[in-house]
Amino acid sequence: MANAAPAALAPAPARSFYAGRVLPALLFAAFALAPLAAAAGAESYVLAMLTRVMVFAIAAIALDLLVGYGALVSFGHAAFIGLGAYAVGILSAHGVGEALLALPLALAAAAVFAFATGAVCLRTRGVYFIMITLAFGQMAYFTASSLAPYGGDDGLTIAARNTLFGMPLLRSNRFFYYFVLAWLLASYLFCRALVHSRFGRVLRGARENRGRMATLGFDVYRFQLAAYTIAGTIGGLSGFLLANATEFVSPAYMSWQRSGELIVMVLLGGMGSLHGAIIGTAAYLLLEEWLAGITEHWKVIFGPLLVLIVLFARGGLVGAAAELKRRLARG
Amino acid sequence: MAEPVLSVRALRKSFGGLRVSDDLDVDIMPGELHAVIGPNGAGKTTLINQISGLLAPDGGRIVFAGHDITGVPAHVRARLGLARSFQITSVLPGFTVLENVAVAVQARSGSSFRLFGRAADEPELNRPARAALDEVGLVDREHVPAGHLSHGEKRALELAIALALEPKLLLLDEPMAGTGREESERLVAALQRLKGRFPMLLVEHDMTAVFALADRISVLIYGRILASGAPAEVRADQRVVAAYLGDEME
Repeated sequence: MANAAPAALAPAPARSFYAGRVLPALLFAAFALAPLAAAAGAESYVLAMLTRVMVFAIAAIALDLLVGYGALVSFGHAAFIGLGAYAVGILSAHGVGEALLALPLALAAAAVFAFATGAVCLRTRGVYFIMITLAFGQMAYFTASSLAPYGGDDGLTIAARNTLFGMPLLRSNRFFYYFVLAWLLASYLFCRALVHSRFGRVLRGARENRGRMATLGFDVYRFQLAAYTIAGTIGGLSGFLLANATEFVSPAYMSWQRSGELIVMVLLGGMGSLHGAIIGTAAYLLLEEWLAGITEHWKVIFGPLLVLIVLFARGGLVGAAAELKRRLARG
Repeated sequence: MAEPVLSVRALRKSFGGLRVSDDLDVDIMPGELHAVIGPNGAGKTTLINQISGLLAPDGGRIVFAGHDITGVPAHVRARLGLARSFQITSVLPGFTVLENVAVAVQARSGSSFRLFGRAADEPELNRPARAALDEVGLVDREHVPAGHLSHGEKRALELAIALALEPKLLLLDEPMAGTGREESERLVAALQRLKGRFPMLLVEHDMTAVFALADRISVLIYGRILASGAPAEVRADQRVVAAYLGDEME
């Protein structure tokens, strides 16, 4: 029997229960409890920092959907954040500060942009895909920079956070924190359901072997375009929240450096797990904040550190933790 | 005479100056296992790639089950009932054995634009997938990632994937390639069982397998069909012996 071949006997690397459910649960519990722990100390600083982490984690989860599950390395993901943020900023400049209007507009703007640009980008593969998503990202960046009525290069200050049902609920930092956390949880659960669905299976199959999926009868392009549009829309959600968090929008939100940072966040946490994207975002932003507090030359430390993590922990932080656990278990 | 399931007419394809399909005609009749043999570089895989739609021909016509599919993309041909296996094993390495087959079942069972519900838990996908795995003897390996299978098992998995598609025509591109004697005997036995259920176009270098399985054999040389007929006729054909079989059969 060929079944007896020893190499083939290795069991399926079953994703451990711990990594699959407990780790994300702990992560969300930590986010939920953090404001209570921070209440004793510098609460507003901690809230603002963690809110920022959660806002970018939403965009990173969406990017992980493309990079980790679809092998679509999008280098223009920041454009969606920017579009969502500008939707809030432009409405606010015209005196409209209601979230029930700003949020749908932010999502719709990002979705339309993602669909239109994705329809072009997804005709290409590999490096060309990276370059063309970068080009569309830069196009959005320069367009925002030239929006003179809305601050041009300098960006646009928002008078106040959006109202919710006409009430200034989001102006409470603590309420806003939990508002963002709820969206993070919703985005995470949505993407998690997606990757395990029939749709997600086709997306993952195309990552493994596109030609095979086509000969099975799947029009891979349509699935990838839908995934790209979904990821872009979630990016728009992140932008809506970012504009409200900072009460400011700027073309810098769309810069290619931002898109690059998002990719690093996903790689740092470990792509293809969704909660890895949250961990990666937290690690990236908190490390950046901490190092910047120690020395003004923090980038000299930060850069090489990222290179080391990517080189030595191929599965990112989540992968490194799993590897460590395996070694400890083996003794 | 019955209508052929697949008819290829005057197919032409060149790579630079090299003609790999040169006015090629071939028919597959209902229920038959039609083998295409020929030396390396004769254009066998190129023929299968043009039939399955991964490669566009320069000229000619391909008619499948009454449809002219010459310019039709691969995924549409697959939905019309054209399934193929690959010469270089082409499973989804990160998917389990079961999921590799279940995704094939999914391909022919309604829309895959379902964003919710765990596909891995759907009995209407898993049940036919297990049945296909059972036919090729892989059912006890269903939880193993396909990338961890032995070479022969991967070839068997390719066959199970094709079965799960319930094809109207199965294109087999060197299913025995790289398998050991024992494994290839098992594959021949599996194909023997499947014979007659749907027509197959078999491209294969293993002459023992070809002569054991084929109802009809076409010999492809320099992009043209040199001879076509029952195995005994082809074996006796002097041109074929001179051009190809002579050194293969010793």
